[in-house]
Amino acid sequence: MQFSIYRFDPEKDAKPYMQEYELKIEPGQNMMLLDALLLLKDQDETLTFRRSCREGVCGSDGMNINGKNGLACITNLSELKTPIVLRPLPGLPVIRDLVVDMDQFYKQYEKAKPYLINDQETPATERLQSPEEREKLDGLYECILCACCSSSCPSFWWNPDKFLGPAALLWLCRFLVDNRDTAKEERLGELNDLFSLYRCRSIMNCTSVCPKGLNPAKAINEIRHMMVEQEV
Amino acid sequence: MKLPVYTFDAVIVGAGGAGMRASLQLAKSGQKVALISKVFPTRSHTVSAQGGIAAALGNTHEDDWRWHMYDTIKGSDYLGDQDSIEYMCKTAPEAIYELEHMGMPFSRLDNGKIYQRAFGGQTIRYGEEQALRTCAAADRTGHALLHTLYQKNVEAKTHFFNEWYAVDFVKNAHGKIAGVIAVCIETGEVVFFNSRATILATGGAGRIYESTTNALINTGDGIGMTLRAGIPVQDIEMWQFHPTGIAGAGVLITEGVRGEGGYLINKDGERFMERYAPHAKDLASRDVVSRAIALELRAGKGFNPGGVDYVKLKLDHLGQDVINLRLPGISELAKTFAHVDPTVMPIPVVPTCHYMMGGIPTNVHGQVITVDKAGHDQVVEGLYAVGECACVSVHGSNRLGSNSLLDLVVFGRAAGLHVEHALQKDLPLHEANESDVEQALTRLQRWNHSEKGESVTEIRAAMQRTMQEDFGVFRSQQYMETGLVKLKELRERLKSAVLADKSLVFNTARIEALELDNLMEVAYVTAVAALTRQESRGAHCREDFPKRDDVNWLKHLICFADGQVGVRPVNMQPLSVEPFVPKERVY
Repeated sequence: MQFSIYRFDPEKDAKPYMQEYELKIEPGQNMMLLDALLLLKDQDETLTFRRSCREGVCGSDGMNINGKNGLACITNLSELKTPIVLRPLPGLPVIRDLVVDMDQFYKQYEKAKPYLINDQETPATERLQSPEEREKLDGLYECILCACCSSSCPSFWWNPDKFLGPAALLWLCRFLVDNRDTAKEERLGELNDLFSLYRCRSIMNCTSVCPKGLNPAKAINEIRHMMVEQEV
Repeated sequence: MKLPVYTFDAVIVGAGGAGMRASLQLAKSGQKVALISKVFPTRSHTVSAQGGIAAALGNTHEDDWRWHMYDTIKGSDYLGDQDSIEYMCKTAPEAIYELEHMGMPFSRLDNGKIYQRAFGGQTIRYGEEQALRTCAAADRTGHALLHTLYQKNVEAKTHFFNEWYAVDFVKNAHGKIAGVIAVCIETGEVVFFNSRATILATGGAGRIYESTTNALINTGDGIGMTLRAGIPVQDIEMWQFHPTGIAGAGVLITEGVRGEGGYLINKDGERFMERYAPHAKDLASRDVVSRAIALELRAGKGFNPGGVDYVKLKLDHLGQDVINLRLPGISELAKTFAHVDPTVMPIPVVPTCHYMMGGIPTNVHGQVITVDKAGHDQVVEGLYAVGECACVSVHGSNRLGSNSLLDLVVFGRAAGLHVEHALQKDLPLHEANESDVEQALTRLQRWNHSEKGESVTEIRAAMQRTMQEDFGVFRSQQYMETGLVKLKELRERLKSAVLADKSLVFNTARIEALELDNLMEVAYVTAVAALTRQESRGAHCREDFPKRDDVNWLKHLICFADGQVGVRPVNMQPLSVEPFVPKERVY
């Protein structure tokens, strides 16, 4: 199986380049792309990428796989056309090989104030939340911050410091719909500018690539509705 | 080598559930605190925990923390320290409510209260009936917990040093711990973090085994650092094999599946746990279930005797609604890694290395304890350990499911509180001179100057193979002795292994080399301890010593880096209830 992988070592290379690798894969082996990368690293220990859980829950190994963002550990090799072309997540500065600088992504996440705000007295036991109210969080709380969505979004590419991006907005939505959060008005008030929310053009790359099957575009739309409702 | 020095009141190494709960506690203290993590915090392995977190809330039926305490002590096969377990179980409800107040998205009952599910070894009225004690967020409880803690740390403006790797302790001439050396993974810069208190929250070391539910980052870093500093580890022979890891992949399928009504079958379609644990059946304690599966496989009742043999976990009878609502995460994992839709077909599973019950010995405040030459406990000033890397001990020789997430938040908080008080009083900042720092850099320098030698990959694979073959679910002197010989040899060979890539920027090969040193230390002491304990207790099952021997072995086993062993007493004096006397352990 042939691989073509983006390489860049800032200490050695003036420019990035694609390096070709070959791996002998026995047919019938149930291999994920990450397994292949680990074998390639055995061959060439300078090949650099992030990884941890290898089961698609930690979000470490987001990368651009044959042109589409995804997680290496849950992408089955059998689904991929060869040569398999691996590039770092688009739009973010490259530190080395497939490792990108995630700071812009994390900063926008923090701007969304992604923590519960409740100004009421805390009860002795749990705050009550009906199963129906809890269901509103499904499709939102499962985000693993892998950045596949935001780094596939042209609006995020053009304004990563001003447009919050799909992941941060998905998390914002998660707190807006949680009945235990009391800061809805303030949260929506933070979006009254041209960029934070409204740079979304419904391009839909986010929903298309989310490895957890989440729908940031839908969450963004829900926030738009809330903004309108607030005005009215 | 003159290193930059960053001075803090407290440094926490590891940003998983325990580390981030400790940092949250200290964030309110007004002290200068740093949290060092070799990965972005939400990548920590806590994120993959599935089933839930135990607490006697009594949301579905009457419950009592004393019943939880009994279950945990019995689950530990009486090796757990009863005062620490008492503290954990008593504090549990408060800890859960606190998480909920932080915004953790627990699943809910119709009455709006936190959903609690059945889990292995959890009973009401001291073993009478199954308890619904495990508070859950679908089967993504770890994810919900870790992200909630990270979010609260963001709000509290915790000072994170993300993708920094702590290498070793800096000790001064008086033997006092002055802090740690850490490498910035992105730039390769090396810094001395000089701090008054250090809290280790570095997690487990499942990667000593070939097949494990653990992430690639679980390499026992805190354990290695501690052993090299001359402090022993405790009960390190106690490794839990989770009954249901996906055969081949090793990915975890939560006990929650059995909690919701799923059960294990052999190739005859028999629910075999009925024979091994007539009362609790599939919800017996994990060591009991893993041994049962291993025995079934030995008896030829597995589905794939020629290859990776396994039994199956059946849950289609729960129905799509239950699976989608309560077990959506494992449903995806089964499809991705086993190519099985659990709403239709059972999942192939096999006992898989999962959790390290042993670790750095601590008291109930998280303070690290060493043992001096006279065999007496000594608190190591300024050093704490919490979470899986610690051995308080609340899990003894076997951990109940959903007690680990609880351990993290209860003791993360406890250590945070104790450090806060210690800092307010007079915990000193120990100084270290250049030669002390040089000493701490020895290991890093060795790798940086390595010229020729074996690769990290080769040695790591050989170590993992040895652990898998010789220190698994069933152990015996013959295999363990052979294994120890192999490990000793590998440990020697590791001293001259080579790091080919000497670059500075985001050099993951260097990190893996340093991690292998730690893995090797953990593997070695595991082997020594496993050979030393001549009885079967909890997860440590010896075919040559098949019975539990309370007369000789109702004690903690400690092991130093040089292979010296010792013992420490098990605490049998809880503060508010009568101790639970060891009985025969049946489920």
